[in-house]
Amino acid sequence: MTDHHLGTSANDGISSVAVGRSLTRDRPTARRREMPSRLKFLKAVTPWAFLLLPLGLLILLTYLPAANLVYYSLTSWDGIDKTKEFIGLANYHRMFTDPEMYRVLLVSVYYLVGAFVQMAIALYFATILSSNVRFKNFFKGIIFFPYLINGVAIGFVFLYLFRPGGTFDSVLGLVGLESLSRQWLGDPSMVNISLAGTSVWRYTGMNFVLFLGAIQSIPAELYEAAELDGANHWRQFWNIILPGIQRVVGLSFILAISGALAVFEIPYVMTGGGNGSETFVIKTVTMAFTHHKVGLASTMALVLLAIVLVVTWIQRKVFPDERAELT
Amino acid sequence: MIKQITASTAKYVSLAIAVPVSLFPLLVVLFASLKTKEEYGRTSPLVPPENWFNFSNFVTAFTRGDMVQGFVNTLIILAFSLVGAIFLGTMAAYALDRFVFRGRGVVYTLFLVASLIPSVLMQVATFQIVHAMGLFNTRQAAILLFMGTDVVSIYIFLQFMASIPISLDEAAMLDGANRWTIYWRIILPLLKPAIATAVIIKGIAIYNEFYIPFLYMPARDLGVIATSLYRFKGPYGAQWEIIAAGTILVIVPTVLVFVFLQRYIYNGLTAGAVK
Repeated sequence: MTDHHLGTSANDGISSVAVGRSLTRDRPTARRREMPSRLKFLKAVTPWAFLLLPLGLLILLTYLPAANLVYYSLTSWDGIDKTKEFIGLANYHRMFTDPEMYRVLLVSVYYLVGAFVQMAIALYFATILSSNVRFKNFFKGIIFFPYLINGVAIGFVFLYLFRPGGTFDSVLGLVGLESLSRQWLGDPSMVNISLAGTSVWRYTGMNFVLFLGAIQSIPAELYEAAELDGANHWRQFWNIILPGIQRVVGLSFILAISGALAVFEIPYVMTGGGNGSETFVIKTVTMAFTHHKVGLASTMALVLLAIVLVVTWIQRKVFPDERAELT
Repeated sequence: MIKQITASTAKYVSLAIAVPVSLFPLLVVLFASLKTKEEYGRTSPLVPPENWFNFSNFVTAFTRGDMVQGFVNTLIILAFSLVGAIFLGTMAAYALDRFVFRGRGVVYTLFLVASLIPSVLMQVATFQIVHAMGLFNTRQAAILLFMGTDVVSIYIFLQFMASIPISLDEAAMLDGANRWTIYWRIILPLLKPAIATAVIIKGIAIYNEFYIPFLYMPARDLGVIATSLYRFKGPYGAQWEIIAAGTILVIVPTVLVFVFLQRYIYNGLTAGAVK
């Protein structure tokens, strides 16, 4: 314990802490005294008293619904009826045999490819901004800022960008490429690429800041040693930077996969899932809240949940948490 | 030497491309928001407005687009859920960091797994519970969900709490302080920097949240920022200069928060993501 800490707490009105410290020194055995059973009980209950509310809400709003998903998935419930008719595994059978389900799941592939593009861009800018660059903080802020913007606002910004005669078409016209312009959101073969591009614009900043933080925590001596050995920038990237940020890259891979599977906001706001841009999550919530098929929607939610959890579990096996040993 | 110069040129060229890619989509929306209806129809999206002080679209968006109500509702929800999330989060972190008890590992895992679940999916079943509690179409629905399912702040608190020496607790305990007093008078005040970070990160997340208010608060007077803006799609579908003004109104507070609180945002996001 340092006096600095004591000082801080004393300022907050706990001058008794200082007295407490001197007591510790005088009676080192004080804590070992036998405890009456009432105190033992109190000791066992105290942590749970602190956990009562946070854990209670977590169970009420996450784990109870998760258990209900399992229950609903075995029924044909519409979300309103008092009775829930048990139909066994019919929802699962329907889900796995309906080609429409696979089609919406495959839409995720566009976002997955987008996520890899986004990681590559993020890694590139994180690498160059970790070296000597002027106005570093300015560039860092500009690249990062889109991540903070409200999703509905981003949706509107890009609806405006992609609309016929909008920003994108005008820029193409400016550089003489107007022949390339098309229905960016109206053409079913184009819409998912446009939406995945929007998603790349939105999330690159997040990956970039994570990578930059990881690169900056690599000890500077490693670079100096590499310079002395005559390693060029490219070699330094492969032999120092990439191994040094391995864990964050692994984590981003997993976030990319689970994020791509769970895409919702951008396509929902921009196209409402039209023109073949419907994703699995959009289909799930439409099924539950528009078509009132809570049973089938629960099945879909459970299956996707299982996929996301398995993917994350694999990540934890492949890239174990190094810090776990410290705690 | 020459190689070094080209490398450094490439660096600045790529940065010079990144800046307009980030900002230009937003800048053209700002252009549109300052144009009159007639001017908007006549000019290209890339052309700046003739009068940079034409705020009439903003007035329309603010008054007729229910943006005032949206800001008020967002502020109310922000205030209550942040206070709640801070208390619940610090209490959970205190229990998990400062006590050794049977079931600790299980509780920790419960919080961890919850942070991995895509929130929108869970609403299929959570909706039934919130509905059964009679909270549908009330602000309490969003407040309850925002403070009850917040795991990222717990991680921020856990990380920070590990750096507060346990000897402080022990000394206070010998002095007769009970665990609540220690939490309330020692831990909570020392957690201030972590609380600031969590408030900002969580605050931005709540400000940006679209689906929970959209699903639970469809009533017109219960619109928040995100849902009020979303409703521009119907009545103003063809009036892009009004939609643009609404969009800019939503982005401006984010710009201000970012400019003034950058450091907290960077730190908090790194802490929250690398669980």
